[in-house]
Amino acid sequence: MKLDPEARYAKTHEWARWDGDEIVCGITDHAQESLSDIVYVELPEVGDMLEKGDVFGVVESVKAASDLYMPMGGEITAINEALEDAPELINQDPYGEGWMIRFKPSDPAEFDALMDPAEYEAFVAEEEGE
Amino acid sequence: MPFIPHSEADRKAMLEAIGVRSIEDLFEDVPEHARFPELRLPRGVSEMEVRWELETLAQANFTTADGPCFLGAGAYRHFVPAVVDAVLRRGEFYTAYTPYQPEISQGTLQAIFEYQTMICELTGMEVSNASHYDGATATAEAVITALNVHRRKRRRVVLSRYVHPEYREVVRTYTQGMGLEIVEAEEAADLKGLLNGETACLIVQYPDFLGRFEDLTPLAEAAHAVGALFVVVADPIALGLLKPPGEFGADVVVGEGQGMGAGLNFGGPYLGFFATRMKYVRKMAGRLVGQTVDAEGKRGFVLTLSTREQHIRREKATSNICTNQGLVALAAAVYMAALGKCGMRKVAELCYHKAHYAADRIDALDGFSVLRDKPFFKEFVVRCPRPVQEINDYLLDEWGIIGGYDLGRDYPHLENHMLLCVTEMNPREEIDTLVEALGEVGSW
Repeated sequence: MKLDPEARYAKTHEWARWDGDEIVCGITDHAQESLSDIVYVELPEVGDMLEKGDVFGVVESVKAASDLYMPMGGEITAINEALEDAPELINQDPYGEGWMIRFKPSDPAEFDALMDPAEYEAFVAEEEGE
Repeated sequence: MPFIPHSEADRKAMLEAIGVRSIEDLFEDVPEHARFPELRLPRGVSEMEVRWELETLAQANFTTADGPCFLGAGAYRHFVPAVVDAVLRRGEFYTAYTPYQPEISQGTLQAIFEYQTMICELTGMEVSNASHYDGATATAEAVITALNVHRRKRRRVVLSRYVHPEYREVVRTYTQGMGLEIVEAEEAADLKGLLNGETACLIVQYPDFLGRFEDLTPLAEAAHAVGALFVVVADPIALGLLKPPGEFGADVVVGEGQGMGAGLNFGGPYLGFFATRMKYVRKMAGRLVGQTVDAEGKRGFVLTLSTREQHIRREKATSNICTNQGLVALAAAVYMAALGKCGMRKVAELCYHKAHYAADRIDALDGFSVLRDKPFFKEFVVRCPRPVQEINDYLLDEWGIIGGYDLGRDYPHLENHMLLCVTEMNPREEIDTLVEALGEVGSW
């Protein structure tokens, strides 16, 4: 399982990373691997105000469809439009080209409440164990 | 071998678990005299006698086989070629249900795929689902699709009052509790006035409930100008002749497919068709059959985009409908394939010309006049000199004719107005008899 050392992680398998005063967000390598081939992703509209835990989109693979949850609250400032035609970018490069949304966080402190890479790794191991 | 899922021991364990001694104890609260009441049924009779009795009862009915029928209003009498039933009743096809493990039933999937393809050609759309229960549910599903396209952010639905009254009722029933604002108007200018940035869709009928049609391009443009979806409820038989809604900007085309290969069927089962643009496919309701190639490169069919559906997406599904109207959709597919493009056009032309012949003759009668504000297809509105119910009773009792629909039931301004329907099933003699009978009414 690949991890981005700079990112923080949610229990629902999204990652969040600072870029200037905005947050970039996507799903983790573990999430894309569990979903297998991703065929479609539905993202929010720029300007949407969402709270931590709100559904911001849907990711569909050949196996399943899953909701995507905001790791922190904020206002959507950009979506990765490339995913519309190339959703496989999420499988290929989940922390880079496969990013999903950018948002201006309403409470930057929520970042610190997320798991760091080591904690997330332990969380996944525990989940797998179950 | 009898199939009894629970053994004596199972039952004993269950009774013990809930603390009762016997199954009889569970019925303690039902008064003893009501537990096994004497039903006083007549002595059993033979199958032959039952058949006689039921046939005698059935003969008391007056059916469309017994006399001319000029009633339409959403349920239409069109000719069903024998080939429809011949295919439909084959054991391999004779089920109403989309199969589980669908890919095992390649024949069923291929039939649905061909149905979808022909619905697309007829409506001028890019993708059709595998069908719905009837035109009313398909219309309600179009509303849900429009809400989903707008991510449930828009709450207003604008309905033409000349969409079938029962369809409008079903739209309301279907969406109750969703906090929608459903508004209605009669004329195009008023419909446009109701459109705003909150509008998810505008729904019109083509031809409308009064049988009239017109160029809907301006309404499509007005809907698109506010970002709303333009939904057209269409009569598929009319589409054999009229411009397909896909050519004047429809985003969703739905309607009642009963007229294509299904009889009147006592009001059901009917067939809802639903077609839309490819860009809305993931918001579309219902099942969808796709064409693909198997591991050996051979053509095959699959249920596709199932992730929209309820058995996978649960409460986030695009619709609560996880099935289709398989058998009636097959009937429609065989009907369309058997008639072909020319046949569909011919049926539509016959309806159009016969309806206009009837309208012209009735218009010439004293006391009657035909509403002619817009062109009409196979149905038209007649202003009558007396209440419609009275005229219909007279037609049925004295002439053995099933008359038209009483529009006063739904439209207060159309009291004493009758909606008459003429199809290829009404020979000229029937129309002439109707005219003669109405002539008598006019001279009362």
